[in-house]
Amino acid sequence: MTTFGLDTFGDVTQDASGTPLSHAQTIRNVVEQGVLADQVGLGFFGIGEHHTPDMPLSAADVVLASIAARTSSIHLGSAVTVLSSDDPVRVYQRFSTLNAVSDGRAEIILGRGSSVDSFPLFGYDLADYEDLFEEKTHLFAELLKGGPITWQGKTRASLHEQDVVPHTEPFPTWIGVGGSPQSVVRAASYGFSLMLAIIGGHPGRFAPFSELYKHALEKFGRDPLPIGIHSPGHVAPTDEQAREEFWPHYLDVISRLGKTRGFATPTPESYAHEVGPHGALFVGSPQTVAEKMARTMKKLDASRFDLKYGIGGLSHESLMRTIELYGTKVVPMVQDMLAQ
Amino acid sequence: MKIAVLGAGHVGPVIARLALAAGYEVGIAGSGDPARIEMITEFLAPGAVALRAADAVADADLVVLAIPWHRFPSLEPGMFAGKVVIDSMNHWPPAEAPLGTSEEVARRLAGADVVKTLNHVAYQDMEFAGGRAVGVAGDSPDAVRTVAEFLERIGFDPVPVGSLAAGRLLEPGSPVFGVAARRQEFENFTKEQS
Repeated sequence: MTTFGLDTFGDVTQDASGTPLSHAQTIRNVVEQGVLADQVGLGFFGIGEHHTPDMPLSAADVVLASIAARTSSIHLGSAVTVLSSDDPVRVYQRFSTLNAVSDGRAEIILGRGSSVDSFPLFGYDLADYEDLFEEKTHLFAELLKGGPITWQGKTRASLHEQDVVPHTEPFPTWIGVGGSPQSVVRAASYGFSLMLAIIGGHPGRFAPFSELYKHALEKFGRDPLPIGIHSPGHVAPTDEQAREEFWPHYLDVISRLGKTRGFATPTPESYAHEVGPHGALFVGSPQTVAEKMARTMKKLDASRFDLKYGIGGLSHESLMRTIELYGTKVVPMVQDMLAQ
Repeated sequence: MKIAVLGAGHVGPVIARLALAAGYEVGIAGSGDPARIEMITEFLAPGAVALRAADAVADADLVVLAIPWHRFPSLEPGMFAGKVVIDSMNHWPPAEAPLGTSEEVARRLAGADVVKTLNHVAYQDMEFAGGRAVGVAGDSPDAVRTVAEFLERIGFDPVPVGSLAAGRLLEPGSPVFGVAARRQEFENFTKEQS
């Protein structure tokens, strides 16, 4: 069983004249995008938590609940929830509630967060980056078991025989991994699925991570679990159009993020490499994107692919077209290619 | 020559893999019990031996520091005396001006020859480097030579940029940080800065 989804970071879009839309309108448009994703038959719609003026989707679960009310089959989740700077009890409650209102369509992808804006906002120290994630993941796994919970740690108040509500059906939990092998082993040890975030460089280099994950599941006595891929992309009728549309916004966003995250400023050469067969950008015509997806999924033994569509400065209309082409053209092609 | 890689996160296993492919013997250490990184070593750097940091360092001619910067204070400094040490760490998030973090490493690891390099290459760009230029900064000419030879064997084109203090120009925020620069560009940039 393969599943194809979309992820968004909710970047602020622009209107035809190049004026940025308001945060409120951006959020309403994300709801429309989620509804369209369901209409074109996609299996998952995810929102990545961010806390910046360029990416104002800080309360993803509220937006997901709104999409849930207008859809019937698509699964809805985070991509990712920055668990390190949140309270696992609250996260559990919010996603259990989403699971209830959506009739069991909630999923959650936990991450340490590569964008760390939430750390100062909520009073966390980046020096505790690993410890916070480790301890909170453990608590979250305990909460998922259901029933009264007793827990003690350094990062939140202790719990003693605490009944955490609402009680709900279990929902799929993933760990998003950007390159930390410890996170791969951690996902396996908790029985969480593995979501590989591939945002730069050769996707094939993640193959040893898939092997490590499968081996670790076996070692921990767990059944096989899905491996997914999250990668950025943009689809247009032709390769040329997709590349031209995406490039100025990619250049702008990566140059700005680079200042705090250490990304190099993209050049036309580095961009050509990333959109080519050995790069991590799934930008192109439906055929080009489908071929690259099928190849990457086979190489990494993945049964799930979430295309992270949209980047700051593109228009809502352009994102809607990507969603439509992805659902109606790209995914059926990938399914054919994988079946062969 | 034996290599000790300290760090089994994003960067450490990649450097270990490159060193193994170049024919070096490699010991790798995370924090604490080596059993914790045995599986990671087996799949991400097959052939390397998972060890305690002190054992890996004691055995090695060349040590690579590939741990998060904020973990550096937890390393026992005494074990590095007499070793050539590559510092591939970065202070994160980047500061407004270069901090001279490798100079700090050298002050703490008294008796070691610290060389700054590889910190400006993203881990995903280290493999298939295809002779990509890397800056090398250090105060001991012998240590710089040893490190340059190592870098060349694992697939890079090492470009000496001067003393450890001059290595500040390899820190986050510099125009060469994260960039696939060629030797000539490195040399030009170094000249402009000196």
